[in-house]
Amino acid sequence: MELLGFSLPSYGWSTIFGSTISGVFLGSIYALVAVGLTLIYGVLHIINFAHGALLMLAMYAVYFLWNILGIDPYLAMLIVVPGGFAFGYGLQRFIIGKASHGKDEITLLVTLGVAIVIENMALFFFSATERSVRVPYDLDGIDLGVTYAVYPELAALVGSFLITLALWAFMTRTDTGKAIRAVSKERQGAQLVGINVDHIFAVTFGIGVACVAAAASLLVPTYAVHPQIGSLFVLIAFTVVVLGGMGSFVGALVGGFLIGVTEQLGRLYLGESLGVITISVIFIFVLLFRPTGLFGVKAG
Amino acid sequence: MLEITDLHAGYGQMKVLHGISLTIGAGEIVALLGSNGAGKSTLNNNISGIYRPNSGKIKFEGTDITGLRSEAVVDLGIVQVPEGRRVFPNMSIRENLELGSFRRGRARRRENLDRVVEIFPRLQERFDQLAGTLSGGEQQMLAIGRALMSEPRVLILDEPSLGLSPLLVEEMFTLIDHLNKDGLSIFLVEQNVMQSLEIAHRAYVMENGEIVLSGVAEDLLKDPNLKKAYLGL
Ligand SMILES: Nc1ncnc2c1ncn2[C@@H]1O[C@H](COP(=O)(O)OP(=O)(O)OP(=O)(O)O)[C@@H](O)[C@H]1O
Ligand SMILES: [Mg+2]
Repeated sequence: MELLGFSLPSYGWSTIFGSTISGVFLGSIYALVAVGLTLIYGVLHIINFAHGALLMLAMYAVYFLWNILGIDPYLAMLIVVPGGFAFGYGLQRFIIGKASHGKDEITLLVTLGVAIVIENMALFFFSATERSVRVPYDLDGIDLGVTYAVYPELAALVGSFLITLALWAFMTRTDTGKAIRAVSKERQGAQLVGINVDHIFAVTFGIGVACVAAAASLLVPTYAVHPQIGSLFVLIAFTVVVLGGMGSFVGALVGGFLIGVTEQLGRLYLGESLGVITISVIFIFVLLFRPTGLFGVKAG
Repeated sequence: MLEITDLHAGYGQMKVLHGISLTIGAGEIVALLGSNGAGKSTLNNNISGIYRPNSGKIKFEGTDITGLRSEAVVDLGIVQVPEGRRVFPNMSIRENLELGSFRRGRARRRENLDRVVEIFPRLQERFDQLAGTLSGGEQQMLAIGRALMSEPRVLILDEPSLGLSPLLVEEMFTLIDHLNKDGLSIFLVEQNVMQSLEIAHRAYVMENGEIVLSGVAEDLLKDPNLKKAYLGL
């Protein structure tokens, strides 16, 4: 096959399918990180630069739970998800919210500051050493015919679907979820029905961090933990959020898969280093034709 | 029921209210009239706990509620239908109404929902439509419906007739009168002087953050000072 004078390697369908499917698995993790980011942006209008650092922190938590207490990374979700929620709640309510006095530009810098603090503390306490968890079943899996899917990949896919679904149900079915949506568009109206906006902000931030903690559990069995791991994922998650449409859940999910698949196919055809640029190319293309992202609505 | 004494309030350095005193009795409709920028909405939002006053007192049934958070004010049954409606545009009519009972009246959400659609049948026809796509008049109905969902004891209406067609304005005032006859105390902020005074028991006129005239509505209707104060003649 040739493209613009370059000759591309030609692969059989099974290789292409295999890459696509591993892209879907990777995309599901991107989606999960992006869902938290898009939720925080959609409600608080905060571009949360600390998201990656929080992901990294959660991954360390999962790692140490396994390393010290022998808790399985997936089981650790029962601890890190509530823990992430509580941490995120406190972070927004007592630090980010208090320090930024309702000014978006300050908030941005505060989250950046939080990211820097967390990352450097991690470097100081945990060192730059890569640490990985090996679950006994990490190479077991299911033969899908064209490819072999290992359990950690399947868990990522199923987990991110279930979590997004649960989040969607929460946002549409519960009073707190509805309050979050109300606050996202009409703060004063929300106050007038008796919604405590500060509390809802913190709950939203907490849920965003809980999502990241869930992503951490799903990532640890396949990715080594180190202080920079968060930035790696969050950069892509930002792309996913903008691509899918700021504040849109469906956008985060679809965008995650799109980016995951693009990345894996790009790698297959263009190699490790060049493959990653396909993400940016797709990103720019979508934004050229749909400035609000795939599922975004116009602001205002 | 609601008693405000010497209230001073504003936004940061800017003083807007310069010592407002007024009362709203149980079962009354009290109108607050005043031209643009007089400070009417500022007063409402200080009562509702959106902003905190600089000094003065707000009492509800004898207890001091000055500076209470908006949730606590709603808990007491002091509910505001704000200027500009402020419905949740990204949510359906049903969800907007449900959120009306976020704090108060949650136990009787179902019954109250039925009651609200009885008052506003037009809302029921579009129950699952997003509030942001409603017309101005429909949004006003929704905003009032949302407030009624919380079983208010004092209803603050901030310019409910603003932007409505003359026919709807007429309907609006009839509705306010009905709600009051059912026992609801109402604080009616309006620029529609004549129609407000027709349904109100008493009224205050605000000018540049001060009360310049007050009295029984019927008397005010005949008062030559009203025209002077309100229209600046
Ligand atoms: N959020 C705010 N921040 C700063 N100043 C404000 C704010 N809201 C109102 N003001 C100012 O306070 C003054 C009184 O405004 P307010 O909205 O209370 O008047 P109003 O009587 O309700 O007028 P209208 O009939 O036009 O609604 C105005 O000068 C206005 O510019
Ligand atoms: Mg006003």
